[in-house]
Amino acid sequence: METQSRHFKENVAAAILDDDLKGAMSKLTSALRPKRASAVAGLPEFDQLRDHGIAIRMHTLDHIDTYLAQFEDNVIANGGHVHWCADEDSARQTILDLCRQHDVRTVTKGKSMVTEELGLNTFLDSHGILPLETDLGEYIIQLRGEHPSHIIAPATHLQREQIAETFRQSHTHLDADRPMDTAESLTEEARQELREKYGAADAGITGANFMIAETGSTIIVTNEGNGDLTQTLARVHIVVASLEKIIPTMEDAGVLLRLLARSATGQDMSVYTTLSSGPRRPGDPDGPEAFHVVLVDNGRSGMIGGSEREMLRCIRCSACLNHCPVYAAIGGHAYGWVYSGPMGKVLTPSLTGLDQAPDLPNASSFCGKCEEVCPMRIPLPKLMRNLRTKQTEMKMTSMRQRVILALWSQLASRPALYRLVTGTVTRILARIAGKRGAFRWLPMTGGWTKMRDLPAPEGGGFFARYNASRKGDH
Amino acid sequence: MTTSPKKSNKKVTAGLFVTCLIDAMRPSAGMAALRLLEAAGCEVIVPENQTCCGQPAWNSGDIKAARVAATPFLDAFDACDYVVVPSGSCAGMLAHHLVDLFEGSGDLHARRQAAAIAGKTYELTSFLVDVMGMKTPPGKTTARIAYHDSCSSLREMKVISQPRALLNAAGADVVDLDKADTCCGFGGTFSVKYGDISGTMADDKATDIEAKDPDMLVAGDMGCLMNIAGRLLRRGSAIEVRHVAEVLDGAMEASPIGGLRDSASQNPGN
Ligand code: SF4
Repeated sequence: METQSRHFKENVAAAILDDDLKGAMSKLTSALRPKRASAVAGLPEFDQLRDHGIAIRMHTLDHIDTYLAQFEDNVIANGGHVHWCADEDSARQTILDLCRQHDVRTVTKGKSMVTEELGLNTFLDSHGILPLETDLGEYIIQLRGEHPSHIIAPATHLQREQIAETFRQSHTHLDADRPMDTAESLTEEARQELREKYGAADAGITGANFMIAETGSTIIVTNEGNGDLTQTLARVHIVVASLEKIIPTMEDAGVLLRLLARSATGQDMSVYTTLSSGPRRPGDPDGPEAFHVVLVDNGRSGMIGGSEREMLRCIRCSACLNHCPVYAAIGGHAYGWVYSGPMGKVLTPSLTGLDQAPDLPNASSFCGKCEEVCPMRIPLPKLMRNLRTKQTEMKMTSMRQRVILALWSQLASRPALYRLVTGTVTRILARIAGKRGAFRWLPMTGGWTKMRDLPAPEGGGFFARYNASRKGDH
Repeated sequence: MTTSPKKSNKKVTAGLFVTCLIDAMRPSAGMAALRLLEAAGCEVIVPENQTCCGQPAWNSGDIKAARVAATPFLDAFDACDYVVVPSGSCAGMLAHHLVDLFEGSGDLHARRQAAAIAGKTYELTSFLVDVMGMKTPPGKTTARIAYHDSCSSLREMKVISQPRALLNAAGADVVDLDKADTCCGFGGTFSVKYGDISGTMADDKATDIEAKDPDMLVAGDMGCLMNIAGRLLRRGSAIEVRHVAEVLDGAMEASPIGGLRDSASQNPGN
């Protein structure tokens, strides 16, 4: 998918004015924050579980080549195939080739953020293969021609009324005056539409929450069961997964899934946990004839030895998005690429290049809430700061910022001069502000004063006052 | 982290790090912090050699500028038992980031100094309560006070109960905000660079505050205070904004942050 992250500031300016978005975001945060909190409170060993999960992920990263090779061996032993793809282009082409090889005309898709990275739907469409999203949220945004705005709730930027409108426009064969005023009625309508199509699809493409080395299985979790139908009803099942989804054992999956569901939606477990271990064997009642795993690197291997390494232990739970006040203010689309929220601020520049997403690591107040709720304790603020440091080192920051910081640091390193300057400036500002005590506007404070007054200094500085008071003592 | 005051007749020496924002914007809060430390029984040292901890540059990713700015700081507090900071954010910088800042600088002495500072840094209210055992502050008030936790106080310095206990002991009616652990949107240079996002976050905070109908909004961080006061003023709110040190000290000689809330100084909404 082409990144629009360079346009972050313009995207933000539009998002801030969008009242529908504001309403949708406040529903998301008020629903998911308390759910996570009570799920975590209900599991006294949550923090130990986190430590265990982190240990699993870090161990796996240390030996990722071994585990991926083991995974491949087991997939082959199960009768499946593994395709290693270095980048977007090769992954897309591989999937297209597989479709052609198996004479696939239509595919159903389970939710997969990696296929969003690949821009797979547009690509398949342009080659005459019709992709149909089966996750409710993905289905809605596919109808609207949009991209996901959240890693587990792709249509979370929409209000119910907007979804009803989309369905009215798309499902023209239905009664135009049907009532659509509850979430249930919308879900039911989507379910009816989709049911017919599962059986007709030639291939099912899903992502993977985890790949298990010891068994050669892939796992997906959903709350709608669409993943099951996608992968069992079609002739061919293609799993598209990025490298770092590998974990050693089934037992490890148990640990991570418990963390994932609680952190994401506050559930003990997601409603459906589906394991895929190869094509249908003789005697199996159902299952695909062919099973392929497309392993996508797309920038990950470059992160393994780098300073953003810890980002690779992300389990895509979305807790950091759900708790982020910046995400709540601007929604997911403003970030301009597949991933949003705090994890997107690190992942997007790491995968697409810092020059493609210069604002993302900077647009954070470093409040630290993301790190606090992240089940993998990924130090997201620290990783963003690392990226800022890289920007400075590569002279990607503005000349103005570099000059201001250099001058300011020189001044700060000379306490006497520093006090003379700040004392004078603050006295002048205090005088200009007069009795009002705050500015509505000052030169160079536009970013601040658009929505806020700027409180004026009292004037003179602390040390003048302190020194005067000491003199009085003697 | 809790240590008891030394049991000798030598007084505890507390080095007051005024912070650049209080120095420039709100000397009253610094003077109040000074008097509070004296009231708690400390010998207070205010080293002349302090300016800024380097945080603005550190958070901008400019390590070189941050090191230059923070260098005078390194030996300014050598003579003190503690570094006490009327700001959770600057305390967080000293306690959790200064060592990282000088790591890789090749200057072993600077790294040792940074580690020493990290080990003896406290946020003001936590120092008063946890180290000096203060139960009742000198100031008295009956105001209904909403206390805002700065993110660094909350997450880096683990300051939650201390300011509330002291405000309660001063007689205040302390109310908790519904979204007490949500950032107010200040974030240093973030507030100017991303004014739209920061202003929206400040507006959410102002809504949360007004819902509790307090007389006063109090916090321990000048950045948050300026941000919240700025948004409250723009919304035309009459809620006074003050640093926690001013209220605990009780002098409250200065106008509230952002000026007096008389009708003449108020803006219509927006
Ligand atoms: S960074 Fe952490 S909180 Fe965010 S999605 Fe990944 S695992 Fe979840």
